[in-house]
Amino acid sequence: MPDEPLLELNGLCKSFGALAVTSDLSLTVRPGEIHAIIGPNGAGKTTLIHQISGTLRPDRGTIRFVGRDVTALPFERRARLGLARSFQITSVVPGFTALDNVALAVQARGGSSFRFLRPVSGETALNDEARAALDTVGLGRVANTPAGALSHGEKRQLELAIAIAMNPRLLLLDEPLAGAGPEETERLVGILRDLRRRYGILLVEHDMQAVFALADRISVLVYGRVIVTGTVDEIRSHPEVRTAYLGEDALA
Amino acid sequence: MSGQLRSHSLPLAALLALAAAPFLGFGDGFALSLLARAMILGMAAVSLSLLIGGAGLVSLGHAAMMGVGAYTVVAFDAAGVSEGVIVFPAAIAAAALFAFVTGAVSLRTSGVHFIMITLAFGQMAFFTASSFSSLGGDDGYTLYARTEWLGTRILDSRLTFHFLCLALLALVWLGCSLLLASRFGRVLRAAKENPQRAQAVGFQPYPYRLVAYTLAGAVSGLAGALLANASEFVSPALLSWTRSGELMFMVILGGVGPLSGAILGALTIVLLEEWLSHLLVYWRLVFGPLLVLSVLFLHGGLIGVIPRTRAALRLLPWTRRNANA
Repeated sequence: MPDEPLLELNGLCKSFGALAVTSDLSLTVRPGEIHAIIGPNGAGKTTLIHQISGTLRPDRGTIRFVGRDVTALPFERRARLGLARSFQITSVVPGFTALDNVALAVQARGGSSFRFLRPVSGETALNDEARAALDTVGLGRVANTPAGALSHGEKRQLELAIAIAMNPRLLLLDEPLAGAGPEETERLVGILRDLRRRYGILLVEHDMQAVFALADRISVLVYGRVIVTGTVDEIRSHPEVRTAYLGEDALA
Repeated sequence: MSGQLRSHSLPLAALLALAAAPFLGFGDGFALSLLARAMILGMAAVSLSLLIGGAGLVSLGHAAMMGVGAYTVVAFDAAGVSEGVIVFPAAIAAAALFAFVTGAVSLRTSGVHFIMITLAFGQMAFFTASSFSSLGGDDGYTLYARTEWLGTRILDSRLTFHFLCLALLALVWLGCSLLLASRFGRVLRAAKENPQRAQAVGFQPYPYRLVAYTLAGAVSGLAGALLANASEFVSPALLSWTRSGELMFMVILGGVGPLSGAILGALTIVLLEEWLSHLLVYWRLVFGPLLVLSVLFLHGGLIGVIPRTRAALRLLPWTRRNANA
């Protein structure tokens, strides 16, 4: 099969007490596709991201990534396999420069980090790759600015640069547009469009315009289960989706 | 480079002053042993600063590592071995091992729990030392002689010992600074500021923290072995939690962040303590409030005094005119 899925979730279940936040959930992300997950607040989108990235263990079900069962692997091991995740609330190292934030990711996949005496800031190989990733997202000019001093939108871009620098197979993006202004959103959507085909992307996002503009396939999540998966057009016209989630104006 | 030199100007001046001190009227036995103590505690404080400022690991059991180093010297002394080639590496290794084992457990916790568990391990070491009657127990242990080096009594010379401590202090400072600037140090610093981010790019913080904790333990072990030699006496008081608190205070007073702050902190506290106790009987009444004031008003610690003063001077009208001229 040429299109063996990059990520395959099979019968995933997770409950907090009596509350089932993920129930019997299955979906796939193929190489080079943007698979968006939409759903109302409390549908279990972020919990799902946590289970895929490895910060939360599912009660039942399996997660296969690049043809390998990763259900029991911890967060950082999955990252090393090529699973890059961004966070709903931006997560960068505020005291590091933008460049060092990205170089940290390059360093993680290039050689041992149990090296104690050579100043890392002089490692041009790391810095060059980091700079290239910053340029990809248009942050080249703030490379030496502390990440904590960047604007919100720039931090979002920085997270993307970090993810790219990991040289990942799959990007797991948890609301990458949350809190971004209209201009920032436009820029971020442009970046994501450039990234498609290079990576598989699982995109959780509330901004319907962006989702419809970017996604190849969309899954609608309600109360922890996928009620439908389909192309943009299929989702737009799906009656159950209209009633369960989308307002009429979002479809206009 | 010149900027880097400037930011280290205060600690470099302190090291130079220490090098010159024996020839500027501080060459008597009393002054030299006081300075040696300050430099030795400075090494332990630098290693603690590596943990607190570099890795975000606030340990309240750091004196125990020093204690393990010191008691290794005692144990060898009791067994009749005083050869430094054996004793010093053994003291360093014992402290590193102690740090590795207690760190392996402590580092599974974080925040206040980490503080409490390191304190608990420190107290365990304290009570163990107190109950070792063959090594003096509560009363402490007086060394028969200072440690030898290749059979010579070279460390008996206070001047030699002074410069040995100075060289080791500079080496510890340099080594720990390089460590923080290395690949390893970058992971450590990232995990301190944002562990989630470190994990997301593929770093599990635990092994890095454990290595840092072990290295800091090794440095403190060296300091402990030197301290045993400096006073030729070791007692459980060396391991008490108040000693750990004192080390932590040296780090905070000097400034968390740049490691050289710990050197300034250690020198300041040891010398101030000595000076005040000569001046006043109830010197602690003055010392305590001084420490409180320094924490309240010296944000960034002593190490930040020069840049702050310079910034303040720039705001004065006459200096501004000078700068324009």
